[in-house]
Amino acid sequence: MSKRIEAIGLNIYYGSFLAVENVNMDIKPRSITALIGPSGCGKSTFLRTLNRIHEIIPGARVDGKVLLDGDDLYGPGVDPVLVRRQVGMVFQRPNPFPTMSIKENVLAGVKLNNKRISRSDADDLVESSLRGANLWNEVKDRLDAPGAGLSGGQQQRLCIARTIAVKPDVVLMDEPCSALDPISTLAIEDLMQELKKEYTIVIVTHNMQQASRVSDMTGFFNIAGTGKPGHLIEYADTAKIFSNPDKAETEDYISGRFG
Amino acid sequence: MTAAAGNIPKPKRRLGDLVFSRVSVFAGILILVVLAAVAVFLTAYSLPAFFADPKTLSSSQPTSFWAYVAPLAFGTVWAAFLALLISLPFSILVALFVTQYAPRRLATIFGYIIDILAAVPSVVFGLWGIVVLAPSIVPVYTWISDALGWIPLFSGPVAADGRTILTAAIVLAIMILPIMTAMCREVFDQTPRLHIEAALALGATRWEMVKTAVLPFGRPGIIAAAMLVLSPAQVISFALFHSENPNTIAANIALNYPESSGIQVNALMASGLILFVITILVNMLARWIVRRRAAFSGAN
Repeated sequence: MSKRIEAIGLNIYYGSFLAVENVNMDIKPRSITALIGPSGCGKSTFLRTLNRIHEIIPGARVDGKVLLDGDDLYGPGVDPVLVRRQVGMVFQRPNPFPTMSIKENVLAGVKLNNKRISRSDADDLVESSLRGANLWNEVKDRLDAPGAGLSGGQQQRLCIARTIAVKPDVVLMDEPCSALDPISTLAIEDLMQELKKEYTIVIVTHNMQQASRVSDMTGFFNIAGTGKPGHLIEYADTAKIFSNPDKAETEDYISGRFG
Repeated sequence: MTAAAGNIPKPKRRLGDLVFSRVSVFAGILILVVLAAVAVFLTAYSLPAFFADPKTLSSSQPTSFWAYVAPLAFGTVWAAFLALLISLPFSILVALFVTQYAPRRLATIFGYIIDILAAVPSVVFGLWGIVVLAPSIVPVYTWISDALGWIPLFSGPVAADGRTILTAAIVLAIMILPIMTAMCREVFDQTPRLHIEAALALGATRWEMVKTAVLPFGRPGIIAAAMLVLSPAQVISFALFHSENPNTIAANIALNYPESSGIQVNALMASGLILFVITILVNMLARWIVRRRAAFSGAN
């Protein structure tokens, strides 16, 4: 259940402000694609258009196309709610629902839209999702404890379990490790390698070592200056971006000679 | 470091820190003293009523102090409960509309209107209840009595002036509606964006997002708002109310105080003490409800 994403001529706006201009990108299924670039370059904004969560901000909109295995996510009559079920998202800061237990958190997405699920199916799903997120062994004895009581790294893996429990085609990660310590970061990175066997993964990261460690493809975003739109400068194999990029701008950024 | 070798530098006491700590300690002690003073005053004035001949307590010549105060206490709790039952769903729905559904400009206008309504003195609502609502609601009561009279609860006779506990509850509900709404709106507005996005990213519809993120987050705030709104509102509104059915303690005190003397004043004070105790108990209950799931509050 892994799908290809194609962005075609995508312009992203906040009201009348053009935040990201003309992105064309072809993201392969069963791979990890990293988006890097300086703060404010539009990489998170671009990521958030891939599950149509960008548009919950008043005035935010896009033009252009985002194709998920050929189907336009922004086509007429497409329900953003259904898009978000196919394209899951993990956020910068772990955000388990504080009023729910670990188990309820995992099942939160599954129980939406009045879906009924038998207790044994639910238990199986909780176990498989938590195993999938490498969290099962740590929490199997306290599934009814509050999700917010876990450590930061565990909470983030709980959020990943919650995301994969709804069996999406794509998992988006918006700087998933930026609030975590190095050991938790490593756990998440290992997990991503597992997840890419089944899902298309797109990750935004500020950490270039992380991008080079985990990803297959890397996209570099940049802006010409404050108030100007962000652009996708270069998009290629991670190995190429980090060893022999085509553009001087990319070279400057990855070698730290930026600015 | 300016301290000489061997000397432990004395922590410097700054004036601002000192003033702040003294003022806050003073404020904390003051509130305790006021509360204790109220309790002592009420108890002191109430004591005679507990031991006096019950027949002298009030013009209605009750058989005991408890027979005198029980209907009043029940009336207070019942009116407050009915008022909450009526206004809480409305406040929550209006607040949800304003914070989650309305376009931003409309929400701002709505917010102002609610704030203005909340500023209307409660006396106005009380007067409206007596002058407008009570007379015009009598036909409804008559109809209920005619149509549902076979249920003992609704059997007649109907209060001719319409000044029943239900009328009181409706007035009270309308009175607390704007302030409840304003507080709920404030609480819902504080819902962390992170939780809203988490729900939406899982494929929640707007209403599902409200159910999974906004309402659970707002629950303690809603309970606190309900408690906060009720206590002052009752005291003021029921001063204007008089009814054949169980009255409320606050109304009884306000109505009868000017005409009372001697032991009757003590009786009113004793009923005030009971109101004091009821309020404390209700607040403790609310706190307990909030704290029961403290681990799930997200405060950690």
